[in-house]
Amino acid sequence: MAATTLAPPPAEDATLLDSNEMVLNMGPQHPSTHGVLRVILKLDGETVLGTDCVIGYLHRGVEKIAENRTYQQFAPYVDRMDYVAAVSNGLGYCMAIEQLLGVEIPSRAQCVRVILAELNRIASHLLWLGTHALDIGAITPVFLCFREREQVLNIFEKYCGARLTTHAFRIGGLQYETYDTFERDCLALCDLMEEKVQEYHSLLTGNRIWVRRTKGVGVLSAEDCKDYGVTGPLLRAAGEAWDLRKVRPYCGYEKYDFEVPTAESGDTFDRYIVRMKEMEQSCRIIRQAVETLPAGPIKGKVGKVIKPPPGEAYVSIEAPKGELGYYVVSDGSLKPYRLRVRPPSFVNLGALDKMCRGSLVADVVAIIGTIDIVLGEVDR
Amino acid sequence: MPRPPRTGGKRPLRRRKLPPGAKRPVRRPIRKKKPLKMPSSPWEGPLPEALRGRFGDSIREATLLGGQKLVVADLAAAAGILQFLKDDRGFDYLVDVTAVHWPKREGETFDLVWILYSFATNERVRLKAALLEGAKAPTATGLYQSANWLEREVYDMFGIEFDGHPDLRRILMPDEWDGFPLRKEYGIVQQDVDWVRENLKIESAQ
Amino acid sequence: MLEQLLDIPYVQPLVLTAAIVLVFPLVAGYIVLAERKVLADLQVRLGPMRVGPYGVLQPLADALKLMLKEDIIPSRADKWIFWLAPVLSTFTALSAFAVLPLSDRLYVADVNIGILFILAMSSIGALGLILGGWSANSKYSLMGSLRAAAQMVSYEVPLGFATVTAIMCAGTLSMQGVIRSQLERGVWGAFDNFGLMLIPTALFIIAGTAETNRAPFDLPEAESELVAGFHTEYSGFRWALFFLAEYAAIVVISSLCVTLFFGGWLRPFPNVAALEIPVNFGFPAALFALMAFGCLKGVPKQPIAGFKILMALIAGAFLLVAGAFVVPAVNELVIGLFWFCFKLAAMVYLFIWYRGTFPRFRYDQLMDVGWKWLIPISMAGLILNGVVQLLARG
Repeated sequence: MAATTLAPPPAEDATLLDSNEMVLNMGPQHPSTHGVLRVILKLDGETVLGTDCVIGYLHRGVEKIAENRTYQQFAPYVDRMDYVAAVSNGLGYCMAIEQLLGVEIPSRAQCVRVILAELNRIASHLLWLGTHALDIGAITPVFLCFREREQVLNIFEKYCGARLTTHAFRIGGLQYETYDTFERDCLALCDLMEEKVQEYHSLLTGNRIWVRRTKGVGVLSAEDCKDYGVTGPLLRAAGEAWDLRKVRPYCGYEKYDFEVPTAESGDTFDRYIVRMKEMEQSCRIIRQAVETLPAGPIKGKVGKVIKPPPGEAYVSIEAPKGELGYYVVSDGSLKPYRLRVRPPSFVNLGALDKMCRGSLVADVVAIIGTIDIVLGEVDR
Repeated sequence: MPRPPRTGGKRPLRRRKLPPGAKRPVRRPIRKKKPLKMPSSPWEGPLPEALRGRFGDSIREATLLGGQKLVVADLAAAAGILQFLKDDRGFDYLVDVTAVHWPKREGETFDLVWILYSFATNERVRLKAALLEGAKAPTATGLYQSANWLEREVYDMFGIEFDGHPDLRRILMPDEWDGFPLRKEYGIVQQDVDWVRENLKIESAQ
Repeated sequence: MLEQLLDIPYVQPLVLTAAIVLVFPLVAGYIVLAERKVLADLQVRLGPMRVGPYGVLQPLADALKLMLKEDIIPSRADKWIFWLAPVLSTFTALSAFAVLPLSDRLYVADVNIGILFILAMSSIGALGLILGGWSANSKYSLMGSLRAAAQMVSYEVPLGFATVTAIMCAGTLSMQGVIRSQLERGVWGAFDNFGLMLIPTALFIIAGTAETNRAPFDLPEAESELVAGFHTEYSGFRWALFFLAEYAAIVVISSLCVTLFFGGWLRPFPNVAALEIPVNFGFPAALFALMAFGCLKGVPKQPIAGFKILMALIAGAFLLVAGAFVVPAVNELVIGLFWFCFKLAAMVYLFIWYRGTFPRFRYDQLMDVGWKWLIPISMAGLILNGVVQLLARG
């Protein structure tokens, strides 16, 4: 949250800003900065000459909190980072601690984890789609998306009682056994989603205004993505079929048959298509996981007191927004000595300036939407 | 009336009365567990050999810690190692830059950690270098654009300055913030006490 | 007695003017309610449901809220212009009502340059937006008003060309005259010249949407980009005036479209005498009876006795209107107004439908569409229609 380099110069130094240029402060209170992002735009008319992100309005010191809580106590906090995809956050955290402990997770727990994480991916993408369309001026899809997201949240609610910040997993496995109609609900949701994704396509994909607003906007090539550390759908839209679920499988993702959707040009439209396809692929994974859901215990051999040996581990998963990593250093005590979160939103947002330069103000809104940031995760 | 402060100390143990004739169960002595260790082994292979060959004794250690590749090196060689890994070994993705504070350690009290990934070989390597308090770290911004914000965050949280960083400002904390929150000596309670005293003109209850 | 009173010069125009000025805010309020309800229906939700049964009293609550809100003028604003802008917008928008032909005998004035007057007023109305955005001394407002200026200038050209084509067809600039000429030709303006007039009709609707700053051309207020565009800094009653002006502009542009292309107060197929009874008597009576039936169905669902009574009253009112349409003497008086309002409502519905369907254009694309597509097509449409008309009518 630092003062900007693009700030208007003091009065006696007014020559620095060209007379055609204007500095526009967008946010932290703005309808389409997805929370409390503040972007300072340097404009020539409506053309963007440069941007500066001012972040940290939602900084809660999550990493410092981790150092003052035991491993179990900290687990609910991670849900508050990317609160749109809380299950993924929890999954990454639990996996990092399990890596430190070196415990095996029973296959039933793995399978349920996959199901819930994929459900959460659908929920996250639905929220993204709705708000992104709203940013571009289509006000209807957001309600349709929330209608379906509600179904996903209902499953979460039935499973663990919470809808948003679920805290669904525990270190070593699961806390709760699945409820009676869990499998049926998941399959019903897959049926519903496969139908509804087509409905979204019919609303947006063929719409010429939508296509014109998104094609060629915020282009980021695969090389640029790698350079900026941009992962997730943004990287895949640029043509790199890189998905941690495929390249470094975890939780038994190697058992499921699914594709990594990619596109070519790496613009806003391609990211939209990639995310739409990802929802379909998630349905595919959920179907397979539900069908092969094994019986058995849901928790591995983890004591009530979690005291990992001294050491460190970096574990990352494919969160809906990109590579979500946890770097945990243990000194053998009850609390993490250091816990670093590698948030995909934060790193992806770093490429905003690159994507925005030379585009128009309206594009900035589309680009912020297409990165799919959650400020809780950016600021932590 | 203010409540008297709670005194520390344990409550006296009260033994439950047993029904007559019952035997008190014998408590098994708690076995002291052996301290666990993360499985670690030396990392053999072409990459550590190449690193050793090129940087010699600057590579302090190359291990597989819990199966994860870890290279510990001197800070002076870090910039060169990053350059080598990116240009010659195809580590084209800087996943993360972070630091760990070890105030009780002798000498170098910070560990800087770079996590690198290669798309071509699907390999992830962690590079670690120790850093003296107040010393400047080499920047990776010339190699990876992603280093820009990540290094700013390390600076913001630990006060580690990166030599050659184009725009080293605080990123998450406000500009006028005192101290570096993720250092171990940073007192979170003191922070609250000070803030309450200054802004509310009362004593904090913390 | 009433006839005599209305025959005194200026009495009818003055009474009608007063009625429009007094009643239109309420009408605008109900257009807003209709918009919210229609959007809600498109978006799988219910819309306002709390104030009155099915939210029918919502406009009154909104009006009360807006009037009681604190009136804020930014400290660095140009106060006079800030004050003037919404007044100017509302004034011009309401002035245009003067020449609207509400029915064959219900109008304030039938001037021989009626269409020109409407176009002039809507152009001056743009000035209100520009001044309002500029005087607020806010960057968002300024950008909104700049966009408004560019948009209005660009889209007035195709709008003008489409209008000229229609005038050419009708041979008059008087609003009543345009409608009468359609009666004489026996076909609505939109389908004249062997259907070629559909080109200017479509262009008029598109350019009219842009002219009234409605989605997908709502760039001057583009909520997700410019917060609220030119009226970002307005609040309370001043903001309500801008709102009023916007809805007045929608009604005016829709009326103009209905007049030029859809026969104004004429019933469909005005020259087919056989349709007189079903279209002029049957349709409105059935429509209002249906609405009454719908309201009656809603009565038992209301939780409060007051709401039940209100719903029943509304149903009764609709039934009464339905009955009135069956009486020939009354029917003759109001059928023109009914058809005009019915077509107007269809146009307004179209505007709302757009808003629920389309994403927003980007500024450069807006200019692109305006200059590269609409203007050439509208010019071609003008020439084509001119030639066809010359050949067909000699």
